[in-house]
Amino acid sequence: MTVAPEPPEPSGDAPPTAADSLAVQAIGIVKEFPGVVANDHVDFDLRRGEVHALLGENGAGKSTLMNILAGLYRPDAGEVRVEGRPVDFGSPRDAIAAGLGMVHQHFTLVPSQTVTENVLLGLDRPRFLLHERESEAEIGRLAERFGLRVPPGARIWQLSVGEQQRVEILKMLYRGARILIMDEPTAVLAPQEADELFATLRSMTAEGRSVVFISHKLGEVLAIADRITVMRRGKVTAAGIPATGATKADLARRMVGRSVLETLERTPFEPGEVVLSVRDVVADNDRLLPALRGVSLDVRAGEIVGIAAVAGNGQSELAEVITGLRPCGGEVLVRGHAVANRSASTVLRRGVAHVPEDRTSVGTAPNLSLTDNLIMKRYRQPPVARGWLVDESSARAIALDLRDTYRIAAPTVDTEVRLLSGGNLQRAILAREIETRPGLLVAVQPTRGLDVGAIETVHRLLLDLRAKGAAILLISEELDEILALSDRVDVMYEGRVVGSFTAAEADIGRIGLLMTGGSEADHAPAEAAG
Amino acid sequence: MTIRLEPRTSVPRWLSPALTIGAVAVALTISGAVIAAVGGDPVASYLHILNASFGSVGVLSDTLVKATPLILTGLACALAFRMRLWNIGAEGQFLLGAWGASAVVLFPLVPDGTPAIILIPVMMLAGMLAGGLWGFIPGVLRARLGVNEIIATLMLNYVALLWIQFWVFGAWSESGFQQTKAFPDAALLPRLADFADAVPAFAGLTVHLGLLFGLVTAGLLWLFLERSRWGYEIRLIGDSPRAARYAGIDIGRRLIIVFAISGAIAGLAGMSEVSGVVGRLQDRISPGYGFTAVIVAYLAKFRPGRVIVAAILFGALILAGREIQPSGVPAMIQGIILFTLIVADVLVRYRVRIERRVPVTAAAASPPAASPPAASPPAPSPGAGG
Ligand SMILES: Nc1ncnc2c1ncn2[C@@H]1O[C@H](COP(=O)(O)OP(=O)(O)OP(=O)(O)O)[C@@H](O)[C@H]1O
Ligand SMILES: [Mg+2]
Repeated sequence: MTVAPEPPEPSGDAPPTAADSLAVQAIGIVKEFPGVVANDHVDFDLRRGEVHALLGENGAGKSTLMNILAGLYRPDAGEVRVEGRPVDFGSPRDAIAAGLGMVHQHFTLVPSQTVTENVLLGLDRPRFLLHERESEAEIGRLAERFGLRVPPGARIWQLSVGEQQRVEILKMLYRGARILIMDEPTAVLAPQEADELFATLRSMTAEGRSVVFISHKLGEVLAIADRITVMRRGKVTAAGIPATGATKADLARRMVGRSVLETLERTPFEPGEVVLSVRDVVADNDRLLPALRGVSLDVRAGEIVGIAAVAGNGQSELAEVITGLRPCGGEVLVRGHAVANRSASTVLRRGVAHVPEDRTSVGTAPNLSLTDNLIMKRYRQPPVARGWLVDESSARAIALDLRDTYRIAAPTVDTEVRLLSGGNLQRAILAREIETRPGLLVAVQPTRGLDVGAIETVHRLLLDLRAKGAAILLISEELDEILALSDRVDVMYEGRVVGSFTAAEADIGRIGLLMTGGSEADHAPAEAAG
Repeated sequence: MTIRLEPRTSVPRWLSPALTIGAVAVALTISGAVIAAVGGDPVASYLHILNASFGSVGVLSDTLVKATPLILTGLACALAFRMRLWNIGAEGQFLLGAWGASAVVLFPLVPDGTPAIILIPVMMLAGMLAGGLWGFIPGVLRARLGVNEIIATLMLNYVALLWIQFWVFGAWSESGFQQTKAFPDAALLPRLADFADAVPAFAGLTVHLGLLFGLVTAGLLWLFLERSRWGYEIRLIGDSPRAARYAGIDIGRRLIIVFAISGAIAGLAGMSEVSGVVGRLQDRISPGYGFTAVIVAYLAKFRPGRVIVAAILFGALILAGREIQPSGVPAMIQGIILFTLIVADVLVRYRVRIERRVPVTAAAASPPAASPPAASPPAPSPGAGG
């Protein structure tokens, strides 16, 4: 009954039940936070060599459970066993020493240091100063073995989000992680990068390592997972069911407790006046490299224009230019008024709402209360503003109202928003922005990190807003979302609009081609790539 | 054995005040040990300090006189610190405020014989304007040119001192002494002792109107920070400048305004000191109130109400210091309190764990040595589970 470190056969069909084939076993985990039981007697097990997906609504307690396994929190009750032995981790370091590492959604890398330095950071071994070359080679071999393409000498700030994630994985592997927990890794990845991540995960499980994978995307869960556990309101509603045979509809029902049918009722498109007009806009990104190289587009009242682009092709900068957060050249008109290079408050006053890409440090102030965050865009007007005072009671009333209307799960409206789950934070931002009754909404990745039920809600909200005559610029890396919602799809590549389609003519194949720099017969060839 | 700091995932409400009080207690213990080490009797010393600062109505009044400039400068710092603006220049702003108030009398900016009811408000205004200017300068430098405000305010302190010296040694010098002539009575803030005729109990009490300035300012600042729209903006900017910008707040302008107001409050402290205590301008009018204010603001966690309490504590220390030893012991206690406060600040955010050394494995390389959870080739599990 001894277990070799690398049992090659992928588990799944043969159901091994012996305790020592379990990489991790959590029994009766309870974790309570003020006002909420995040984990209510949760059982969870992870077999050696499997990818185990963890699903659940926003705030279901997935991250909490994984944080407990990874030593970040201590459970109030329950037991955790790693490879059969009971453990009591006091910190993530204890967990990693036991071979269990977690990659969080927010990375913990030092931007100014190199990949190698980041991987070695925090290790006690003094070797690291003396044999950096050697370590670099070692990291290189490790990276190759698991298909983690990343330049070892590059500094973190030069890397894309996907590459940074690879560094986080490398960091864990280098520390000897045999069990890897990944909290919503694909939320920040382009589809291409997600595929590469899956290949990495497979090569890990082929060596007998085990992976827990949290995601809201049912399609990819069915594609990558061996088994699936579903949580709902702190409890397990499906424990380790095999992925083969599971269906999206079934999983969705177990997650939200009702059937989710994304049939979006779209009123016919009746274009109104032009609300947003962008003309020949050029702008640099944060590294002072050109990000927009002459973008022109229009959005009309009652219209959703979707921007389809692979991350890093200028779409984020476009949103910032329009909302007054980034200087630019060219013209941006909102209802005929020039707003380019004016302050964000000018743009606000023109009725422009903005769901920003970075929800934790731009979209919200993490240490302020939910109430304070919900009044961010309206504390200047009555009833929240009473003369030069903030009317606490009406601020509270508004916060309570938004919390209930948009079903933001927060213990109280005084809770600091950094304690909200990712999805609930996003709901809070959407609630705030939509309630400003904007003429134009610039929504960047509005459903990133949301559960299926919440995505449906957001899509409804966007369509409602459109029906009320708002113009919406939707920037998303989810092509399905763009196609489902947009009246027109503009494709961006390397800072230019390289194609524009009406909803009727939009074709996923052609759009995909343009997004990746391919050219089309009826378009001038985009930038010779290469 | 290693000692590690781990970030806390949640901070209980009681922890921060408890640690603040604990920090003061630890500081007093350490100071006591030092006093004992040099042959003093710590208990007697502390009793003496207590007695010398709170022992009677008379000394209590003196304590409050010392606390008055600390309340105002402490509020000045607390306001700026709320926005994460590290204004270390309250000392300079205090001096400029004292200078501005003096200028009203000495230039003079108002005709001789102006009654107090007009003269005092004009002096307050002048003091606040001068102090405000001394806050405005680093504010503009930071907002428009990105100059670090710590360095700017620190250096402006020296400029302010030289500026004062220039006047008291030069144009305003009273027959060559390093001080100006005494202010006329109309330029002095009323003290309790001035009303001894009506209320005999007030005889000899030095508490002056400046204390009321401090209390009123604290109230206004509380309203400003906790209830006003600007207070909301300051909280937002302090927590996340990027979110504030996104909310349409012009951070640069707020920064300049807050810096100017902070300077004006410190300037009012300077005015209150020359007009309420000293009665003339000298180059040594501050024993470092503006620096102690930094500690006061920290101790008060930047809350206006608590600034008053902390300022009185330090006022007592300064007063008692004159009794025991001109500056040594109280300065030491102050320093140690600052140190323990900083440690307490770390303890609020991190918990300390002491443990045996946990070795870390490299990738597939050597398995770790001892430590409870062994790694790579797992030892056959000793009958764990079923
Ligand atoms: N440190 C904390 N203090 C207080 N409440 C917390 C804390 N961490 C999490 N919670 C609460 O516990 C619940 C579960 O949160 P958790 O982050 O585990 O959800 P999740 O399933 O990961 O959701 P999401 O999909 O949105 O990320 C939520 O209601 C959240 O607000
Ligand atoms: Mg989560």
